Amino acid sequence: MSTTAAPPPKKVNRIGLEILSYKGSRTTLCAGCGHNAISERVVECFYDLGIQPWSVAKLSGIGCSSKTPAYFLGQSHGFNGVHGRMPALATGAMLANRTLLGIGVTGDGDTASIGLGQYMHLLRRNLPFIYIIENNGVYGLTKGQFSATADLGSVLKTGVINELPPFDCCALALQCGATFVARTFSGDKKQLTAILKAAIAHNGLSVIDVISPCTTFNDHEGSTKSYSYTKDHEEPLQELDFVPFYEDISAEVPEGEVMEVQMHDGSKLRIRNLHPDYDPTSKFAALQAIDEAGKSGEVLTGVYYVDTTRPTFMDMLNMTDAPLATLPVSQTRPPKSALDQVMEELR
Amino acid sequence: MSTTEVSPFSPPSGESQQPVVNDFSIQVATVNGSGSQTANNVLMRSIFQMGVPVSGKNMFPSNIQGLPTWFTIRASKHGYIGRKKEVDFLVAMNPETAREDVMSLDAGAAVVYDEPLKLNALRSDLHFYPVPFDKLVGPVCPEAKLRKLVRNMIYDGIVAWILSIELEEVHKALFRQFGKKKAKAAELNWGACQAGFDYASKTFVKTDPYRIERMNATGGKIIIEGNMAAALGCVFAGVTVVTWYPITPSSSLVEYLIGYLKRFRVDKETGKATYAVVQAEDELAAIGMVLGAAWAGARSVTSTAGPGISLMSEFVGLGYYAEIPAVIFDVQRVGPSTGLPTRTAQADILSTALLSHGDTKHPLLFPCSPEECFQMAIQAFDLAEQYQTPVFVMTDLDLGMNNWMADPFEYPTEPIRRGKVLTAEDLAKLGGFARYKDVDGDAVGYRTLPGTPHPNAAYFTRGSGHNEKAQYTEREDDYVNNMDRLARKFETIRAHVPRPEVDIRPSAQVGFVAFGTSHYGVEESRDQLRSEHALETSYLRLRAYPFTQELRDFIRRHERVYVIEQDRDAQLLQLIRMEFDPAEIAKLRSVRYYGGLPLDARTITDHVVLQEGL
Repeated sequence: MSTTAAPPPKKVNRIGLEILSYKGSRTTLCAGCGHNAISERVVECFYDLGIQPWSVAKLSGIGCSSKTPAYFLGQSHGFNGVHGRMPALATGAMLANRTLLGIGVTGDGDTASIGLGQYMHLLRRNLPFIYIIENNGVYGLTKGQFSATADLGSVLKTGVINELPPFDCCALALQCGATFVARTFSGDKKQLTAILKAAIAHNGLSVIDVISPCTTFNDHEGSTKSYSYTKDHEEPLQELDFVPFYEDISAEVPEGEVMEVQMHDGSKLRIRNLHPDYDPTSKFAALQAIDEAGKSGEVLTGVYYVDTTRPTFMDMLNMTDAPLATLPVSQTRPPKSALDQVMEELR
Repeated sequence: MSTTEVSPFSPPSGESQQPVVNDFSIQVATVNGSGSQTANNVLMRSIFQMGVPVSGKNMFPSNIQGLPTWFTIRASKHGYIGRKKEVDFLVAMNPETAREDVMSLDAGAAVVYDEPLKLNALRSDLHFYPVPFDKLVGPVCPEAKLRKLVRNMIYDGIVAWILSIELEEVHKALFRQFGKKKAKAAELNWGACQAGFDYASKTFVKTDPYRIERMNATGGKIIIEGNMAAALGCVFAGVTVVTWYPITPSSSLVEYLIGYLKRFRVDKETGKATYAVVQAEDELAAIGMVLGAAWAGARSVTSTAGPGISLMSEFVGLGYYAEIPAVIFDVQRVGPSTGLPTRTAQADILSTALLSHGDTKHPLLFPCSPEECFQMAIQAFDLAEQYQTPVFVMTDLDLGMNNWMADPFEYPTEPIRRGKVLTAEDLAKLGGFARYKDVDGDAVGYRTLPGTPHPNAAYFTRGSGHNEKAQYTEREDDYVNNMDRLARKFETIRAHVPRPEVDIRPSAQVGFVAFGTSHYGVEESRDQLRSEHALETSYLRLRAYPFTQELRDFIRRHERVYVIEQDRDAQLLQLIRMEFDPAEIAKLRSVRYYGGLPLDARTITDHVVLQEGL
């Protein structure tokens, strides 16, 4: 028996869990896929914020992106649904148990083509839910066809040029009623982390459109969703700093003019504008900025819009606070007198 | 034979007939959107209140206003409440169809009609009662724009006089129909009704043989639509998540359900709802929300008709493979698109039993009455959660949207059965679990709900490619094992679905098999065949798919078995063929009706007489 030094104490988060409790199974996506970086950020953010893994439900549709919930939060219930219809599953799940923290992952095919209708209706309802679009402009699992978010003039490996205008998922989100709308880049670790954490703290529908390059089918010269194109053209709107509710905020005071957004759980999102006069509480400003960026070929990233006041779907439905799924029978089956009353009325 | 306009009535052909008491059908032909539904319901209920068994069937177009609609009320002292083909008493209010309506009557029928239509000129073998509706409505309804609605109530008074329906019962039914909130409207309509009655009593001499006489056969009974009964079933099953997309003839099921939920399921202390109802963007979303909610543990339901079932196909397959409970009502109607959306059928059976891609099959429940709509709604939730699979309740437009006489519903005595769900305490004892492992030998695994506070509670839900631990796999043996277990689970379900109702006649060589609303035509047809052709028949009424041993025994026992259904392609028969032996299949005969109207006894009798060579 050799004597060795005692192992260093395991690093745990504020609820005493190691990062291992937040990891999922090994990824089966291609090496260098942007989606893997996003999964890593999800693991980190939930660990950092000390969220109970069992309190999370993760859902997805079909596609490369939709495989990723298997690669993070292994101790959370997951549901890999059908193509383009994750919003319906998510809506049902969140209604059944409103205490769940719901996170969904989809792709550009899932959201902007087959699932466009469900996506838009999800936006309308302002369901408290995090909706991540892992956007690479192509169908990966079926080997490289254009999706509806591919930019005009973008070229496929095969030389095919996209001649149809793209859907901008963030512009749709703004128009249809989402209350937290952001665009970021899988390679921008700091920004993605701040946006994810803010989305976790937000009470309402958060849409995060993450440009996430497909290294196999859409990372070449001529593609506007390639790693190098995005890196070269990324134009951050802001510097973001997320301060969770349990942290002492007096310690850090950022420089310059800072807008502080108070989130539902008491956390704060500090926004320091890099674009003077940009107002993330104005839908009009956001739509204008998206439109201008589209024309100039910039990949404008950051928090486009945040509204912490609009009622959520649960508020609109006037739902009881307890999960519907586990209400006792005394609350779900009315008494005999109720049935007798109805029968009497029908005699 | 005089048919002149000046004659207050047209005498019948032939000598005076025997009175026909409590055994005839009344048809009211009106224009859609003219408010005739109220007048028709009042008429039906008045007869019901006189203790006479009665049924009402609304044949309406896919239209809000302007197209012809017919309401048939059948009074039957024998208790037959199926549709009767022959019309004995016609109220012809629709100028567009009046001529055809009159020409299609059998000789001796009676006709109340709007005088200017001069229908008495068409035939001389009917009893005509012309009524100047426009002249009568003016004095009782000063407000001109309401006259179109109020004039219908005049025929209630006319018909009451001709058929001896007690005016007090009409009064009671009318005020009940309008309710306390619409007392003013009730008074206005009552005035019209009385005006009709007075006119008839002063003007007409009764020549037709039809009469309503007080009986005692409806005591304690209720009148209810199947959709309302199904909605009540959902409420008392403890439903918590309801999703839907409006579609005829299913919409009223959810609308009634919303009404009852608001009434009975809002917490009195907090004012908060113990349910959620979502009008989804389409049926794909409706079933997706049901599956998401049921996955997370809610008792979830959606209701639709055939086109919606088709749209739900993909998700239902996922529900089957991922083993998620769901209750889906299919209020069946005719055909796709703008087919005959307001007409009835049973033609979704085969496609729904096998709905989706891959190897899929689903339990179907077949209610035939409002009582069964209520009971089977509750059973469907229990079956879905116990066996973790989508369950369909196959009703139809006839049952769902028409008024039915029924016994009051019994409050459920059985506890709510929520199936195999492990809690955090269970997991603490067990250490962990394998989602799709057959622990109990019934092929039904244990599940956990999202939000269960235990590190080993989670599992990953996906389609067909998973092993016992719910892990992704494309291995042949894992896939085959899972498919075989799902097939065994269907056998477990077979042992727990509602059993058929069987009436064996020892001497009968001929058996009838039917389900749902075909029941009423079948019951009456059996009596017709017995009395008219001395043919004794046994009868098995199916109440569920998968089929049970009773069906096999029934087929073996009889020489010939007629499978009677409301579709073109003998769908029920095909479904039976899939499970039975050649010797059993050889005994099967088919009786099909697919004209969009409720199946009547005479149609069945005629088919059987032909095939039996009687």
